[in-house]
Amino acid sequence: MLKVEGIHVYYGLSHILFEVSLEVHPGEVVCLLGRNGAGKSTTMRGIMGLNPPRQGKVLFEDQDLSGKKPFEIARLGLGYVPDDRRVFADLTVAENLDIVEGVSKRKPQWTRDRLFEFFPPLAPIAHRKAGLLSGGEQQMLTIARALMTNPKLLLLDEPTEGLAPLVVKTLEEQISSLKEAGLTVLLAEQNQKMALRLSDRAYVIDNGSIRYHGTIQELRENDEVRRKYLLV
Amino acid sequence: MDFAANLTLSALGQQILVGLSRTTILFIVASGLSLVLGVLRIPNLAHGSLYMIGAFVTYSVAMALGGGAFGFWLALIVAPVLVAAVSFAVERGIFRHLYDREHLMLLLFTFSLTLVFNDMVKLIWGADYRSLSPPEVLKGFVTIFGLPFPRYNLFLLMLGPVVALGLWWLTNRTKIGKIARAAAVDREMVGAVGINVSRVFSSVFVIGCFLAGLGGALVAPTQNITQGMDHAIIIETFLIIIVGGLGNIWGALLGALIFGLTDSVGILICPQFAIVFPYAAVVTVLLVRPKGLLKSTW
Repeated sequence: MLKVEGIHVYYGLSHILFEVSLEVHPGEVVCLLGRNGAGKSTTMRGIMGLNPPRQGKVLFEDQDLSGKKPFEIARLGLGYVPDDRRVFADLTVAENLDIVEGVSKRKPQWTRDRLFEFFPPLAPIAHRKAGLLSGGEQQMLTIARALMTNPKLLLLDEPTEGLAPLVVKTLEEQISSLKEAGLTVLLAEQNQKMALRLSDRAYVIDNGSIRYHGTIQELRENDEVRRKYLLV
Repeated sequence: MDFAANLTLSALGQQILVGLSRTTILFIVASGLSLVLGVLRIPNLAHGSLYMIGAFVTYSVAMALGGGAFGFWLALIVAPVLVAAVSFAVERGIFRHLYDREHLMLLLFTFSLTLVFNDMVKLIWGADYRSLSPPEVLKGFVTIFGLPFPRYNLFLLMLGPVVALGLWWLTNRTKIGKIARAAAVDREMVGAVGINVSRVFSSVFVIGCFLAGLGGALVAPTQNITQGMDHAIIIETFLIIIVGGLGNIWGALLGALIFGLTDSVGILICPQFAIVFPYAAVVTVLLVRPKGLLKSTW
């Protein structure tokens, strides 16, 4: 479904990603593990076209994304949840969802009301400014906003970063039910425990290169990789 | 000096009304400038030229239809729409290809637009000034506070809240307005959720320029329509939005009120130095609140 083929991504002059390749199949949850600064977010941004790869390419459902603008990539069915959340702070919760309504031409699976059912804490605060929400509420809102585009694949960048353990648990359950509903997810995480529970396969990234990939079972058994690239 | 004699309560009340009608024009033009600055992040130096074009077009349309009431009302619609059409052509034709360039390039581009627009005005209308009288219903005076008050100013006074309400509705109740507010803060994220930011920019730019044209059309019967009227308004409106808070439409309203009122009341207190008052007010506000009175989107 998503194929990243040897992408090199730069921020200005600095070379961040080296020959990163990965693949996500329909219905899978694949996690991209790595320490802070390893290149997880940059991989996500490269896929979304926010930092277009200078070499290599990204294919989504066999379509080459090179040269496409982020809004075109989003409309093809990639939902993006950035690590720093970036809700539209001046808009209310409902408005954050409303402005995304109808951007994709596909038959909508998600509506505002369905999302409020799926994320119950958001319903009572629908008319509060998004900038005033707690971290957990903001995280739910960014996921809801991405779902509003009716994505086929969700790019989830560190959804649990900086959240309280109880909130992390709720989020984990929600992501897990998204998976059951058939959504494909690429999940970037530092939180190994959660990521390993949710995912089918894992990639490990360090210093801008993929160092390892395999099933969750294989990674659990491979202490060396985990010690070398994931322990803080 | 007998300004104490001038300073009766009714004279003050009347000057305040005059100031408020001036505020309407300033607000309309400044809100357009602020809207474009807030969302596109571009200080559109050509905003004043569009205002001037709006005034000249209003004159020409009204005159072409015999200078009567019908011509005036039609001109009031045609002029802003024409200005908006020109800005749309410029935006889609040239401007949008520059959004990725550095900020200075965009600024220089809007500056070059002022040169082109001003020469265009010179070519079409020449260097003479024009004047236009308001339609029959808005001619003459009504008596307020025992003093005569121009009917046309009363019309402007009533129009101000209508435009303010319209802008509120646009930014808070329409989808394009909500998207514009989101894009003002985080345009990259707006793109990443599948919204075509370039199209939003285009709409906002055209709406902002429409307001410049509307301001020019409304001001036409109140002053000489002439080369150079763009300079005065662009300086005033930039000061207004700086005082009010860049990109904030209510800031533009507040700034326009300060500017319009200090100007008109200043004339009453000390006519020789009246021009100083608004600028003194601007300096005072900026000394206390350098980022402007209301929350800036910058």
